[in-house]
Amino acid sequence: MKRSTFGSWASVAIGAIYFLLPLLATFEFSLRMKRGVYSFEAYRIVLGDVHFQASFLYSVVLALATIIVGAIIVTPTAYWVRLKLPKLRPVVEFVTLLPLVVPAIVIVFGHLRMYNSQSLLPLTDSNFGTDVLITFGYVTLSLPYMYRSVDTALGAIDVATLTEAAESLGASRFQTLTRVIFPNIRAGLLSGAFLTFAIVIGEFTFASLLNRPAFGPYLQLVGANRAYEPAALAIIAFVVTWAALGLMQLVGAARRAVTK
Amino acid sequence: MSFIDIRGLKKAFGAVTVVHDFDLSIEKGEFVSFLGPSGCGKTTILRMIAGFEAASGGAIAIDGREVGHLPPAKRDVGMVFQAYALFPNMTVAQNIAFGLRIAKKSPAEIRERVAEMLAIIKLPDLADRYPWQLSGGQQQRVALARALAVRPQVLLLDEPLSALDAKIRVSLREEIRALQRELGITTIFVTHDQEEALSMSDRIVVMHEGRAAQVGTPFEVYSFPKTRFVASFVGTLNLLEAEVIDAGRLRLDGAEVAVARGLEGRAAGAAVTVALRPEAVSIGTNGEGIPGVVESVAFLGAVVRVRVRLGAQTVTLDAFNQTTVAPPKPGTAVRLVFGADDLLVLGEE
Repeated sequence: MKRSTFGSWASVAIGAIYFLLPLLATFEFSLRMKRGVYSFEAYRIVLGDVHFQASFLYSVVLALATIIVGAIIVTPTAYWVRLKLPKLRPVVEFVTLLPLVVPAIVIVFGHLRMYNSQSLLPLTDSNFGTDVLITFGYVTLSLPYMYRSVDTALGAIDVATLTEAAESLGASRFQTLTRVIFPNIRAGLLSGAFLTFAIVIGEFTFASLLNRPAFGPYLQLVGANRAYEPAALAIIAFVVTWAALGLMQLVGAARRAVTK
Repeated sequence: MSFIDIRGLKKAFGAVTVVHDFDLSIEKGEFVSFLGPSGCGKTTILRMIAGFEAASGGAIAIDGREVGHLPPAKRDVGMVFQAYALFPNMTVAQNIAFGLRIAKKSPAEIRERVAEMLAIIKLPDLADRYPWQLSGGQQQRVALARALAVRPQVLLLDEPLSALDAKIRVSLREEIRALQRELGITTIFVTHDQEEALSMSDRIVVMHEGRAAQVGTPFEVYSFPKTRFVASFVGTLNLLEAEVIDAGRLRLDGAEVAVARGLEGRAAGAAVTVALRPEAVSIGTNGEGIPGVVESVAFLGAVVRVRVRLGAQTVTLDAFNQTTVAPPKPGTAVRLVFGADDLLVLGEE
């Protein structure tokens, strides 16, 4: 027993060193902007930069739009597949996994071919159209995470019986979805939402190739021209991502406590 | 016309037909149980009445209105499920109020009705609890209250007691029956438990392979089973092979026995199956009856179950445990006594 415990702890320690050491080094480096003393100068400069604020805000808005569109598309689909088309579940799961296999650059070139100014639906002709396009692109990118989170949450409740119970009480399918199913998979939806947020906030390929002022291209730009600020930005990006994942854990824990 | 009228109902899943030409009429306020083993089609019929399954053929009318084409929400039926199906995100009161909110009742009316239902199910203090904070029996009462709160025309109960332990099951079935009588609501109850069906129902539909094997009162179904299946499924029963002597007599393991009815039209020498309830047989005390040898004795508390070998066949009899009379010992020669009315000649399947 002792040996296996030691092995586990050793694995955790090696993993922690592998992941935490570069992070600590980056953090330490980000504090060395002022010669001879540790300071948050790099953070002050970054946070005070109007481009940082604009790009971060833009990415946050895109992330929220992606979460809303993703939830609206994924939840009814996953619900319907569980309720009426269970045999199609492996097919839908495979389709939702495709964004992990097809590189983002291939997807974005596909979008550009389909929706350029010469196409039937020239979304890239306007900034708003491009924002719509990038939102749908992000929905595609986040599909594996959003679908799995929602599907797992649906698997934890008896979807068919709850639906029948609601319908026997006079509820329409829409009322059943909004009043019974949505509230009962809230934890899964939020998990998917936080994962989506973490993905969108630092995404580079789509934003750069579609020429949108998102946080990812800003990170790249600063990284190419400055020394300490990119390290500060990397730490900020980590904090945002971890905050999203932490919230996901918190919501999950609260949900487990309620359903116990 | 009856309150619920089911005519020629059919259901097929692909090439497999699970309900064949099912006919049934149910009067207003009646409590009817569908009794049968797993896979006999009882739940499928209930789900077709509720609208959760589309019928492959036939018609269902409730109070003169054809409902076959209506979605579940428009059929005005309340349903209670085996797995309770309470909404986990809602409290007891919110669960009960769900249907009333959907029906857009006023807040005052909803409050009043929820309080009334909580009082009826005797859980007035649990309004703010969540389903996971309740026992199985309490959850099923809430499910019942939720189904009844919207005042449906018909109440459908799909094995609502199966997930509960034995003691709760007995008390809850009595409560359900009392509540049904009080409200006078037409109820269909699906169960595979013969005791539940016998104790609760006005009429029982014994289901076998997608057909109604027998429809009758609990007394009729228990006392006069029409088929071998009904006889073996409802209660404990001795099924014995015999040979027809004439319209009033059978030969049973070499012994001649009188039969009150059921042999009309049967040819002499024909083989028939007869059913005999264990409680209808007793051990003779003054030399009359069919001879046999006690094979085994099981002491069941209030009842002593004795197995007696006649010749090629064995008869089980149940006798009340009496402190003044010791049960017979295995190997003892005895004589079995039963009346001509107790022998039921079974029809063909």
